[in-house]
Amino acid sequence: MTPAIAFLLAMTFLISIGGIFLMVWGLANDQWGDGEEAAKVIFAEGELGREEDPALTGVRRKGIQKEHEEGDLNIDEEELAERRVFDRSGRTPVLWWLSSSIVWLLLGSLFGVVASIKLHVPDWLIQDAVLTFGRVRPAHLNVVAYGWASMAGVGVGIWLVPRLFKTPLLGGQYATLGAMLWNIGMFSGTVAVLGGMSEGLEWLEFPWFVDIFLVLGGALAAVPLLMTILRRRVHHLYVSAWYLIAALVWFPMLLITAKLPLFTGVEQAIMNWWFAHNVLGLWMSPLGLAAAYYFIPKITGTPIYSYSLSLIGFWALALFYSQVGVHHLIGGPVPTWLTTLSIVTSVMMVIPVLAVAINHHMTIYSRWRMVLSSPTLRFVVAGAMMYTFASVQGSIEALRSVNVITHFTHYTVAHAHMGVYGFFSFILFGSIYFILPRLVAWEWPHIWAIELHFWLVFLGFGIYFWPLSIGGWLQGTAMLDATRPFMDSVLLTMPYLKARSVGGSLMTLGHVVFAAHFILVMRRMGPASDAPPKLMQGFGKRKNVEVANGAKS
Amino acid sequence: MTRALGIIAGAALILLYATMLLLIMPAIQLRTGENPPAALAPYTEAQARGRQTYIALGCVYCHSQQPRDASLAPDMTRGWGRPSVPKDYSYDNPHLMGTMRTGPDLFNIGARQPSVDWHLTHLYAPRSVSPGSNMPGYPFLFDVIDFVPEGVTAVNLPPEYRVRGGTVIATPDAMDLVEYLLGLDHTYPTDDLPQADPDDQPAAKSADDDKVSVLDTDLLSGTLLPPVAKVGATQ
Repeated sequence: MTPAIAFLLAMTFLISIGGIFLMVWGLANDQWGDGEEAAKVIFAEGELGREEDPALTGVRRKGIQKEHEEGDLNIDEEELAERRVFDRSGRTPVLWWLSSSIVWLLLGSLFGVVASIKLHVPDWLIQDAVLTFGRVRPAHLNVVAYGWASMAGVGVGIWLVPRLFKTPLLGGQYATLGAMLWNIGMFSGTVAVLGGMSEGLEWLEFPWFVDIFLVLGGALAAVPLLMTILRRRVHHLYVSAWYLIAALVWFPMLLITAKLPLFTGVEQAIMNWWFAHNVLGLWMSPLGLAAAYYFIPKITGTPIYSYSLSLIGFWALALFYSQVGVHHLIGGPVPTWLTTLSIVTSVMMVIPVLAVAINHHMTIYSRWRMVLSSPTLRFVVAGAMMYTFASVQGSIEALRSVNVITHFTHYTVAHAHMGVYGFFSFILFGSIYFILPRLVAWEWPHIWAIELHFWLVFLGFGIYFWPLSIGGWLQGTAMLDATRPFMDSVLLTMPYLKARSVGGSLMTLGHVVFAAHFILVMRRMGPASDAPPKLMQGFGKRKNVEVANGAKS
Repeated sequence: MTRALGIIAGAALILLYATMLLLIMPAIQLRTGENPPAALAPYTEAQARGRQTYIALGCVYCHSQQPRDASLAPDMTRGWGRPSVPKDYSYDNPHLMGTMRTGPDLFNIGARQPSVDWHLTHLYAPRSVSPGSNMPGYPFLFDVIDFVPEGVTAVNLPPEYRVRGGTVIATPDAMDLVEYLLGLDHTYPTDDLPQADPDDQPAAKSADDDKVSVLDTDLLSGTLLPPVAKVGATQ
């Protein structure tokens, strides 16, 4: 243990010194000073104070705009027209990533519901090994984590690139190829898990040759980001860009390290949870935060509350989140210093979380009424709030006294869903509602379908989360009570597991509504919106534009 | 920030640092694979095949293999065995420590439940021997035949679980899986657990010393529950 502690002390010292030097350098080079200007990078000239939500109808749009007191807006219309072209520059790759993600969302939800029902109807679908619980559950996890969440996250990220750098997307074809490879990986990985060829590590079930596709697909998705950065027309990298860049650096590093055959036994378990938690912390979280940092200010027309704070939030997330994973092995046969380190960093996560929370919630605070009107914003803000909740919950859950109860129970499962679903998926839903109309020049035909989607998944998730958390907590207390037989901890969870199936089914229903609506827009079906046909301008060939405009007016 | 390269380098360096701290340092410290306990035998061929089935059927999603210390949880009292130490996992690749206890910990299931019959019955129809369990049955690990040839194990089932007009027998997969489960026995003593240090000054002793002494292996073997009575052992 002594060398480990010596190493920790030495690193603490070096990092502190390094941090001070970085701060001095940052101050000297004015990396902080004009931050508030950088916060406005995402707006066109004169656009501050103007809402932007393509899912809105005219009446609501006016209602929202009233929230602003700025009065006359003097927007640079030329810049807006240009942006509409940029918006569409990533059409092919973004549509590939997003459409694929929705297919995986539907499949993953189905697996989830089946696995959930199996826990309280254990004799259901047991005749074939393919559908046994131990295969459907990992299939669910991998399909929603890598198929839905990751692919949608990458799609949203690629779409944000031209917006962030005010340049058309370059190298989009690489990302398209990346989506194809990723889909091949997802398909073969899912077949492998269902067929019993899992590698046996949670979150890493896909065989190594399948993960090659994911690594290559992810790397190819990063190409347009890098190419576009080099040609960018803004000086400042907006906060969303930091998160995007970092996420695309981290994911391949994580996956490659995890798949190297370096570790066995306990070391492998440590690696396993270092990886699994980092998928959430260093892959999904940055992608989700990148989207939230863009859409909240953009939709409301208000710059982010404190740009300097976002800088702290970003680097603190990188530093602390990367070390929290071993809290999954508290009480296990791992060195105590290691679990302690992970618990400490888990608690330290409060710093970046508060930074992000202040930024998101204070930005929306002055415009909170928009949440009622704007369907896009409602998803994103709900997601941002659940990010704060999930993160604080996670910090508390890492404490030994709490963890001893929640470890090995359904409570952890509920918590994981608060992160991946409540936070990340909600933000992705909102982002897709924002993005899709700009890609295909067709607005969402049914506001009610968006509302229905929201309430199905919001209430469904509530019915999923709260009973499962309570049931998991009771399960943990029962397991700790030596006077109660183990079977008590199984029997008492039954009503809660049934509630989870109900909630999960409602969520799945919401996804079906969402997917159907998505297809309507893709195929340009449904009644035309009463919103101004601005989206159509500057799209595609001139002739098409005129036709489209003619059709609308 | 204005430099993309700075973000790329910073992000990569921080993750490298975390990797060194979380993966490399423990690996240097532990070296589990290099020094297996003498009492722990490597997996036999049948056990290794059974372990593969355990992985393929995803048993790990409901069963952990890491009993905790008595100061944390009553795992020992439940008969799950002494707290595991890194060496116990010397031959484990992939590790199957698990993070869920929808069912009980299995690290010492071989010692706790050494009956082949019980395991086969339990795998075929869990609720016939463990009422209230929500474990799925694994009928595809079994065959139903008219005549049981020599060398094939028939599954003992209570009347209501029997298949009319045939006998349920275990496939080689089922036998291998049971072989693996029976091999899960880490009740041998280990000196890797914290022990009361005889050199300690008496004044430094705290109330916790009592807890530490519970880890004594003699006491441990005494806490193991007797095997569950065989169900339908005779037909």
